[in-house]
Amino acid sequence: MRNVSGQADVVIVGGGIVGTSAAFFLRQRGVGVILLERFLVGQQASGTNFGNVRRQGRYLRQLPLANRSRAIWGRIPELTGADVEFMPVGHVRFLWADEQLAVVEKYQRDAAEYGLELHILGRNAIRERFPFIGPEAVAGSWSPHDGHANPRLVAPAFARAARRDGATIVENCEVLSIDRTGEDFTVATASGDYRAPIVLIAGGAWGGGFAAAMGEPVPLDVAGPQMGVTEPLPYFVHPVVGVSTKVPGEVAYLRQIPRGNIIFGGIARRNAALDEQRAKYDPAGVQAQFRQILRLVPALKHARLIRTWSGVEGYMADDLPVMGRSAKIPGLFYAFGFCGHGFQIGPGVGDVMAELIATGATTTPMEDFRIDRFGGSVPVRAHAP
Amino acid sequence: MADPRVIVVGAGPAGIRAAAALVEAGLVPTVIDEASRSGGQIYRRQPENFTRSYEQLYGTEARKARALHTCFDALRHRIDYRPETLAWAVKDGRLHVQSGMTAEALPYDALVLAPGATDRMMPIPGWTRPGCYSLGASQIALKAQACAIGEKVVFMGTGPLLYLVACQYMKAGNAPVAVLDTTPFHRQLRGLALMAARPGQLVKGARLIAALRAGGVRVVRGITPREVTGGEAGVTGVRYADAAGRTFHVECTAVGIGFHLRAESQLADLAGCVFAFDPAVRQWLPAIDAMGRSSVANVYLAGDGVRVLGADGAETSGKLAAQAVLADLGRPQPEDRTRRLLRDMERHVRFARGVARAFPWPHDKVAAIPDETLVCRCEAITAGELRAAVTALEAPEVNRAKAFSRVGMGRCQGRFCGLASQEIVAAACRLPVEKAGRLRGQAPVKPLPIAVTDGGSHA
Amino acid sequence: MQARFRRLAEKERRAVVLTVDGEAVRALEGDVLLTALMLSRGFARMSEFGDGPRAGFCMMGACQDCWVWTGAGERLRACSTSVAEGMDIRTHVPEGIWPIPA
Repeated sequence: MRNVSGQADVVIVGGGIVGTSAAFFLRQRGVGVILLERFLVGQQASGTNFGNVRRQGRYLRQLPLANRSRAIWGRIPELTGADVEFMPVGHVRFLWADEQLAVVEKYQRDAAEYGLELHILGRNAIRERFPFIGPEAVAGSWSPHDGHANPRLVAPAFARAARRDGATIVENCEVLSIDRTGEDFTVATASGDYRAPIVLIAGGAWGGGFAAAMGEPVPLDVAGPQMGVTEPLPYFVHPVVGVSTKVPGEVAYLRQIPRGNIIFGGIARRNAALDEQRAKYDPAGVQAQFRQILRLVPALKHARLIRTWSGVEGYMADDLPVMGRSAKIPGLFYAFGFCGHGFQIGPGVGDVMAELIATGATTTPMEDFRIDRFGGSVPVRAHAP
Repeated sequence: MADPRVIVVGAGPAGIRAAAALVEAGLVPTVIDEASRSGGQIYRRQPENFTRSYEQLYGTEARKARALHTCFDALRHRIDYRPETLAWAVKDGRLHVQSGMTAEALPYDALVLAPGATDRMMPIPGWTRPGCYSLGASQIALKAQACAIGEKVVFMGTGPLLYLVACQYMKAGNAPVAVLDTTPFHRQLRGLALMAARPGQLVKGARLIAALRAGGVRVVRGITPREVTGGEAGVTGVRYADAAGRTFHVECTAVGIGFHLRAESQLADLAGCVFAFDPAVRQWLPAIDAMGRSSVANVYLAGDGVRVLGADGAETSGKLAAQAVLADLGRPQPEDRTRRLLRDMERHVRFARGVARAFPWPHDKVAAIPDETLVCRCEAITAGELRAAVTALEAPEVNRAKAFSRVGMGRCQGRFCGLASQEIVAAACRLPVEKAGRLRGQAPVKPLPIAVTDGGSHA
Repeated sequence: MQARFRRLAEKERRAVVLTVDGEAVRALEGDVLLTALMLSRGFARMSEFGDGPRAGFCMMGACQDCWVWTGAGERLRACSTSVAEGMDIRTHVPEGIWPIPA
């Protein structure tokens, strides 16, 4: 008989932004939580991503969730007691091609129905408002209430707050197996078993493996973003900057923090492996990335890159995460596979999952993210504008 | 079959000797070096329009410096020499280099890393003031620029370089005001038995100290640095405590600080080499076999960039690494020669262990620096902020403390604060330093211009 | 600000004149920028984080503490860049380079 290291109402597998915020919001609802994290909380996709608190461009029917999450972002200091450097400075997507204008205009109309305020700015308006933009840009789509935050701080902040409120957070604790035994799940780790009637799998790129083991396989690829940061420069790029394009090689994004560093990424993501603790940055892609960054902000031509990094992210075949209850096993819940854009919705997902677990239902529509949506055939990849 | 592509990074004593051995075996290695002239730091050459003699520049080491420079000059046209070139990353069998505004990826069959060392640093309140430099900088100012870092100089820290630089300043007519050593005299004697492996070097060291004394330079041992004092314009003095805890202030216009050396091991880290903690120097260093083979099949490590042995040890290790490369490429080397080099190497390692014992890193003093001290010069982050990353934000190890506090995230990538931050974090975590994690290297090794253009990849 | 370095030898070299923050500074051929700065202004740049002037630290291109600006907004590492006639060196961020919004 193995020793039982802990018992709670819910065991959460995975300590990223989703797992830690779910732990926090479950505690807010008085639910007992044990969170098991294989490395340190927020170390992979949650801690290494770009830090984009962006709603515009998201899958439309994810916007209610994104709006709910946006409201939480503004309250993180009050909720957790930590400053995660959230700055609601707005988010602008620039267009290189006139043809793309129709795409962003349609998105603006559609998103308005979900309450997302967007402004389409023409050639002159973008230059007046964002004097850093390069000469090739033809228009921009401006989302005034989006922004950015420091990804290194967010999941740890929720983890500390959850622990403060009574959750048990166990780091360096790899989950080996999950079994349903009678009324409870037994979650086995190298340091003992944990038991609970409810399990939430929030394992990011590792979520696919757990889902498959529970009899619910999903198409999930593992990849790492290619991130870089410049030396500190005068603070002149205030909003988060992105690109709306149909050309994959033009996808680039950047933001500047008031300390002066410009954080950027985009173009290619590289393969990553689940057995490595760290996804490796690939220097081979750097020049293509630099070219797109300079296209956006030509004033960076004298700047220097000082640091690069990557992380392990899980990408679903249809570019949408898996969120909600298991289609097969009562008491089992999933929230993983955020496809490189889970940061903004992360706290909202934690809140929704806590609501779903604690009350049996949620007011936020989650149908599209069901785990059984892949059925036999894999849907076409959805592309955000 | 095409000739094997061998790249040597660094044109100091280790890199030059490695390249020479490869050329001797009929290969044409690529030699990447950041400097505009070969020689490395210890045998750094002065600009071409300078006229001082080898004897003036290198003192007792003049013969060795001349031999090394002559060796390189003979190689110069038999290798693919790339000065003013930065090796900024390595991945998947390619070395990523940048020169001017051009970057390219060089594939290799074997990579010899000999990037050298930099000063090991203890952060001291006021150490960012103009006039405060590393001991290495103090020496380079003299050797490569014929300048003193100031008129009235204090040298502080510990290690052989402390006394060497002080003597060089004295001989150049700019005798230091004081030499302040954190190591007590009785502690220095503890390295003697091991340092006796190289009696000549030991005698040279003793002569340096005697010369300083004879020149009237005040040498104080067993001190604790308190502050580099000064104002907006820069350094005005040094405050320190003696072994009994009494505080003193020495007026000066410049300070040179250093606590022996640390290996520039970033490229080895990026190449994926396994590191091990060396308790003798309290540093994580890449693991190598006796020949300099790393844990990665075609990556070889030599010189002070893998472990600090000094210039002579670096030359030997460069020769050994080249022998390992050649043997692994199927060109076995004469065994007696390898045996001789390995024997030499044993003496260098033994001597270096003695030096490490005689001039220890004052880790307890480092861990105890006041909260207001800037630890990370690049990002201007204090020891207090770093400690808060552990105490308030619950970072359990150094990489997490870095992520929370930004210590080590700046332009120098933790070169000058990394070792100190490991001590500070370990103390705050109440862990032995080897249990508090190893700082991971991140490309680029040095800042890379965003505007670099692709110089292509040599297939 | 004041000169901090002291020339001890090699004084018979050709003179080179550059400007530092608009003022003419005389250096010698073979000097690196940091030497020229430390023989004239006594510092190299201002810290981005408000903690005062910086003057480099390692003299070997490792610590990255001596990056200065040119009038055109270029970045030069003062310890590893030789002086050249007519260089326009700035110890502060030059104005007009960065499109800072009003």
